[in-house]
Amino acid sequence: MKINVTVNGTAHEADIEPRTLLVHFIRENLNLTGTHIGCDTSHCGACTILLDGQSVKSCTILAVQANDKTIQTIEGMAANGLHPLQEGFHENHGLHCGYCTPGMIMRASELLANNPNPTEDEIRWGISGNLCRCTGYNNIVKSIQYASAKMRGETPASTEPQFV
Amino acid sequence: MIQCKTSKAIGGMGHSMKRKEDARFIQGKGHYVDDIKLEGMLYMDIVRSPYAYAKIKNIDISEAMKVPGVAAVVTGKDLEKYNLHWMPTLMSDTQMVLPTDTVMYQSQEVAAVIATSRYAARDGREAVKVEYEPMKPLMDPYKAMDPSSPVLRTDKKDKKDNHIWHWEVGDKNKTEEVFKNAEVVVEQDMYIPRIHVASIETCGCVADYDKINNHLTMYMTTQAPHAIRTVIALVAGHVGLTEEKIRVVSPDIGGGFGGKVPVYPGYVIAIAVSFLVGKPVKWIEDRSENLQADSFARDYHIKVEMAGTKAGKIQATRFKVLADHGYTDAAANPSKFPTGMFSIGTGSYDYDTTFMEADAVYTNKPPGGVAYRCSFRVTEAVHAIERITDRFALELGRDPADLRFQNFIKKEDFPWKSPTGWSYDSGDYHAGLKKAMEAIDYEGLRKEQIQKRAEGKLMGIGISTFTEIVGAGPSKDFDILGIKMFDSAEIRVHPTGKAIARFGTKSQGQGHETTYAQIVAEVLGIPAENIQVEEGDTDTAPYGLGTYASRSTPTAGAAAAVAAKKLVDKARKIAAHLLEVSEDDLEWEPGKFWVKGAPEKSKSIQEIVFAAYTNFPQGLEAGFEATHYYDPPNLTFPSGAYICVVDIDKETGHITVRRFVAIDDCGHIINPMIVQGQVHGGLTQGIAPAMYEELIYDEEGNMLNGTFMDYLVPTAVESPSWETGHTVTPSPHHPIGAKGVGESPTVGAPPAIANAIVDALSPYGIKHLDIPITPFKVWKALKEKGVI
Ligand code: FES
Ligand code: FES
Repeated sequence: MKINVTVNGTAHEADIEPRTLLVHFIRENLNLTGTHIGCDTSHCGACTILLDGQSVKSCTILAVQANDKTIQTIEGMAANGLHPLQEGFHENHGLHCGYCTPGMIMRASELLANNPNPTEDEIRWGISGNLCRCTGYNNIVKSIQYASAKMRGETPASTEPQFV
Repeated sequence: MIQCKTSKAIGGMGHSMKRKEDARFIQGKGHYVDDIKLEGMLYMDIVRSPYAYAKIKNIDISEAMKVPGVAAVVTGKDLEKYNLHWMPTLMSDTQMVLPTDTVMYQSQEVAAVIATSRYAARDGREAVKVEYEPMKPLMDPYKAMDPSSPVLRTDKKDKKDNHIWHWEVGDKNKTEEVFKNAEVVVEQDMYIPRIHVASIETCGCVADYDKINNHLTMYMTTQAPHAIRTVIALVAGHVGLTEEKIRVVSPDIGGGFGGKVPVYPGYVIAIAVSFLVGKPVKWIEDRSENLQADSFARDYHIKVEMAGTKAGKIQATRFKVLADHGYTDAAANPSKFPTGMFSIGTGSYDYDTTFMEADAVYTNKPPGGVAYRCSFRVTEAVHAIERITDRFALELGRDPADLRFQNFIKKEDFPWKSPTGWSYDSGDYHAGLKKAMEAIDYEGLRKEQIQKRAEGKLMGIGISTFTEIVGAGPSKDFDILGIKMFDSAEIRVHPTGKAIARFGTKSQGQGHETTYAQIVAEVLGIPAENIQVEEGDTDTAPYGLGTYASRSTPTAGAAAAVAAKKLVDKARKIAAHLLEVSEDDLEWEPGKFWVKGAPEKSKSIQEIVFAAYTNFPQGLEAGFEATHYYDPPNLTFPSGAYICVVDIDKETGHITVRRFVAIDDCGHIINPMIVQGQVHGGLTQGIAPAMYEELIYDEEGNMLNGTFMDYLVPTAVESPSWETGHTVTPSPHHPIGAKGVGESPTVGAPPAIANAIVDALSPYGIKHLDIPITPFKVWKALKEKGVI
């Protein structure tokens, strides 16, 4: 079956089996391996991408459902330098193994698009569909707060670790 | 704050240097096993047993072979021809790669389908027809110990029961004596349930056998590439594939936590298939397979007793353990210690009498107990000692903090000989607990609690003050399959003064690329920025035992420091030559040598390194590189004082962790940001078993929660905002005074949380609840006591 998608700004035409999951299409047909797979029940969020600007778990939908739509993956987050979210995760040690990170960043980007100044609680609920086994989430929350401040034109808070 | 000897530009120890490895991960350029694509690669999927215990009557592959794209179906009988149907476990037991006649646990590998695509392999898997004759499984370890129970391991010729081993340590008679005469004795049965590491990346591999050169490249999710290469050589040696012909590559790993130490049947099947068909074979398990068939952790049934005086002095403890190892003993442990570091179980307290015994038993559950983010059973041991210490305090009506202060080993008593034979290197337990109590306002909280209790509200404060035992390990005590547990570092400095350092360990997210660079920078004065760290390729890295049990900094970190010191010695010779003075006339600070009394006459490390290739003294070897294999003289003993505050809703049993303060002592800190990150992550993996996670089986051996839909990994919502801090008692025997920290929080958090919850419920006569403490368990306990 033929589909047309625009991925990170580039148009693609592909002929695929109708049952192909979007995540497999992205990873294996397009060779964009930044989108990860962590489960088979749509619970981990490692595969999160933006479909027409909305964050979706790409293991949950078929590639054919993306026909005539735009897809953004972690590889398309920043043309030059880093996106404020990418910068935030680096500055605030928001990642350890990095496996959940692309999904977290993609989810957070929609979160901030809808709510540019979220509270800590709103961030925690906002990323509750994305699992991270390494970081304990504190620094992921800080990373998103950093990006939120930066995108609103404010100076983000210090990134030094707070030890008592 | 931490004092740094080097400038920020050098980035030695104590700097919160941002991680060098982040760039690729945040831009989608991480390189994990499933990202590997090789020319002509085939995909493998595995047929698994729906039964926990059954005879295989027939495997019909004819329909599967008709599925478009399917290239082969492999069964145990096929592997048997090459003697590849069995493999050794890390505990010198044996494990089926694919069974020839009987399946021993649900989701066990039964056959493998190899096809040209992932989807075709899955189609083929669905088409394989296996005829089983189900049998009644043995799921209860106590029942399995009963002599009247059927023997499970009939493959072992002389096996007459399901017992695996018995282990004991301590002084049995003396302990009995103390217990007989003690003024106060408390006891508690507890169960530390079966849980799963559930790293977000599952396990997998790409096996690439090259027939022409008789060479195997094995890309795999492993925490211990070299040890695994040796195991593969043991299995594959009899088909002519020997160790020098095997290259194990462990690329980026998406979390390991102990679960990526063992050898799983999937790896061996992939190797066998690649060997037989001469093409690369990829196998990536999915989440359900990961939860249902990969190594579990814990599963310890423990009876713990404590004896002491009415005045609160602890005099002795006694532990009796039954460990459910599932179908085979594939537990990850140093082979001399069947229960690993359970012998740390006397905790942070000063008493000299204990007796611990443990038995392990076979059941029809998945095999391979891993030490999930803990040093070989420390988590279980710490849970037992910290819970029973609270029970003792409760019995005496004493404040648990106060009782701990009374019994702590004192700072001046280190090195301290434990009653199980370990020598604790250093610690200041009083300072840690004091700091935690101040940070959380312990006094204020106790006052608030009195008030809340008067209003009938449930609020609890829980303490855990633990001693960890990490850095496995000294070769006199530790080995895996006979291989001693040293670790290694090799540093090569290039003529322009930039270095590459290679290690036998393998990061799964711990930030080795940054931490190790900082250690080398600290010693040599070459900026950490200019030190490229590499791990995970057995063709280039020196042999090492890998990353688990918090051993990377204590062993490989030490190796890096010692190797770098060897280079300073060489640099001194070259500097003396360049400055035309004797070596004794030189002074060193990281980054340069200068002539005593004439600081303007100096040579930077970069100039010295350049000279090592261009202008070295006669008789000295050219080049600037050093390797060190570090065999630690002792383990290191990090410690911590954790305090947790919970509020419980009486009507629903819902538990809110209101605050959690963690004070850790891991000796000298290399990168505070990374250490704090490790503590945060470990604490969330501590709240998980305390409140949410448990692998549950029914009597027929069905796993009831084998997916992320019902195996509850905490999200950002369940995970509280952690508060962290530290004290520093350097390890006296470690070259840079570091101790290791990655597992302290997983070990220390569960008892702090359990103690807090029981503290909240104690006014109603509730003295213990087994983890995970769910709202339902709390509600049920309150109901039983007639509170609601
Ligand atoms: S892989 Fe898509 S949610 Fe887990
Ligand atoms: S950083 Fe490892 S899973 Fe999130």
